[in-house]
Amino acid sequence: MKSARTMLGLMLLAACLAAAPARAGDSPEQPAPAPPCDVPAYLLASESSLPKVTDAVKANQPLNVLVVGSRSSTIPGNEASAYPATLQAALKEAFPAATIDLSVELQGKSTAEETAGTLVKLVEAKKPTLVIWQTGTVDAMRAVDPDDFRTAINDGVVALRGAGADVVLVNLQYSPRTETMISAPPYLDNIKVVAQQHDVPLFDRFAIMKQWSDAGYFDLFSTSHGVDLAKKVHACLGRALAKFVIDAAHLGPVQQN
Amino acid sequence: MSSIADPIAGPPVADANADTEVKAKAVAAAPAITLPVTGERELRLDLFRGLALWLIFIDHLPTNLLTWLTIRNYGFSDATEIFIFISGYTAAFVYGRAMLEGGFVIATARILRRVWQIYVAHVFLFTIFLAEISYVATSFENPLYSEEMGIMDFLKQPDVTIVQALLLRFRPVNMDVLPLYIVLMLFLPLILWLMKWKPDVTLGLSVLLYALTWQFDLYLSAYPNGFWAFNPFAWQLLFVFGAWCALGGARRMSRILSSNITMWICIAYLVAAFFVTLTWYVPQLGHIMPKVIEQWMYPINKTDLDVLRFAHFLALAALTVRFLPRDWPGLKSRWLRPLILCGQHSLEIFCLGVFLAFAGHFVLAEVSGGAALHALISVCGILIMCGMAWIISWYKHSADKGASKKGAAGNADLAGGGA
Repeated sequence: MKSARTMLGLMLLAACLAAAPARAGDSPEQPAPAPPCDVPAYLLASESSLPKVTDAVKANQPLNVLVVGSRSSTIPGNEASAYPATLQAALKEAFPAATIDLSVELQGKSTAEETAGTLVKLVEAKKPTLVIWQTGTVDAMRAVDPDDFRTAINDGVVALRGAGADVVLVNLQYSPRTETMISAPPYLDNIKVVAQQHDVPLFDRFAIMKQWSDAGYFDLFSTSHGVDLAKKVHACLGRALAKFVIDAAHLGPVQQN
Repeated sequence: MSSIADPIAGPPVADANADTEVKAKAVAAAPAITLPVTGERELRLDLFRGLALWLIFIDHLPTNLLTWLTIRNYGFSDATEIFIFISGYTAAFVYGRAMLEGGFVIATARILRRVWQIYVAHVFLFTIFLAEISYVATSFENPLYSEEMGIMDFLKQPDVTIVQALLLRFRPVNMDVLPLYIVLMLFLPLILWLMKWKPDVTLGLSVLLYALTWQFDLYLSAYPNGFWAFNPFAWQLLFVFGAWCALGGARRMSRILSSNITMWICIAYLVAAFFVTLTWYVPQLGHIMPKVIEQWMYPINKTDLDVLRFAHFLALAALTVRFLPRDWPGLKSRWLRPLILCGQHSLEIFCLGVFLAFAGHFVLAEVSGGAALHALISVCGILIMCGMAWIISWYKHSADKGASKKGAAGNADLAGGGA
């Protein structure tokens, strides 16, 4: 008797479990005109501000953005579809009257420490209003001591602020395939700590991409060799980042989103 | 609650006469430390080690439904702390006895045999990891992750990588616990020898090493760069503390453990830690945390066993010992049997757990299944672990029939097998 009941229970459980993934699998297949990449409001909210960006836009001065990052800030061979470009487009859309200049400085294999050393020169050369610093991936791959990593980010942020630029930090990508090989958490935590200490807005790329993956918007496990997925993800990242910057700078219309 | 300490280190209450006899023997043999009697296993240790194994397995899988059941979501410390502590406790319990009875050389020889077993297990797991990573490297070429794929570069130099892995310097993610355990076990003879001399001084030295680690940033480097994810200089504190408790420390702490003040401090700390962790998972609550506390507290360093983590573990342990007596009938219940069995064969089950976590990752990557499949994989993994534990214990009991009088002292599993 008992075993029959257990069997029944197990069968029911199995049925439920089998049904659920089927349902989860259905939804993303429905064709959508644009990738639905909504981001929960809390992931785009920042308590920190970007005073220089606010001033520049309000005074109708050109907004000069510099993106400093590693290879995940671009799509090899498709730079125009990478998130810096879509960010620029989204900012232009939000402030049609303003001039938005954007340049990208890629330092493919540099750790945060190596990049931090170059920041002051970069800012002196390009005089950006806002520096978007994407970092952490190289450090995580090389398993740099998280304390050293934190110090490097800290120094970099101080240098950028000292040179007169606003700063936004961008953390690692969510990369489920390499989760067993790259340990992201210590680096995510340490970027967060520095952001809190210096009141720097942190664009949580990791959490946002994970959210998209969990929601089924993107199949980030995909082994596809095509650039399609990369383009879509970057388009969404650029738009989210624009929203984030506008929100942190307390600028106008998009803030309510 | 007069027998608070007994449950951890003390002899079973029922056997009072035999007890005193053995205790007297032990005292005669070693004035500095007291050993609990052999004979009955301390089932609570097995239970919590089994639990830690399950939690480590779940934590190694990508986040899913069951992840919410693991203790790291409700406080600072996680299963690793439980594991290392219990390993220290059981290792000292078994090899401490061996040292008293057979002397330093015999005990050291036995410990080294155990170290060798753990080392072989680690190398075995590494082989499986290599197979997995090679598969990913050859099959996966998504331009979105062209940067992350750089992690496979070490495959270009398999000679160096494999030698470094054998030297324990190249350790993939999630394979950090066994090397830590190997190093801790290597130093166990020294720890026990010091404990035999003066347990409190040994514990003091351990605390001192911990403090020096924080002060001077001591660490072990890894290959190709970086450091050991679990710093042995810091984590030894838990291991030595476990050993100290096993060798009579727990009994001497009984007054502290049974006091109501301790209980309330522990509860207050656990509740506070719970609220802090809550702010991690419900970011909307982030604003409630005062900035000053955030700046003082973060980051909570796992590599060097942050004091906050250690304290969290102590609080958990103190409450567990208080509210779960050694002779709790539930320990013999059928329902806890799988957990206890897993805890009794910890090295095998730990390795199996790491392997299953790799396999689970693989399945999840190949089959886009969603939350239910995640949960199913976790449950299956745990069932497989239980089944394996049952089979191993069946083997042992069948094989042991001829030599059933071997006694607990020779039982390597009781000795904190597994990391």
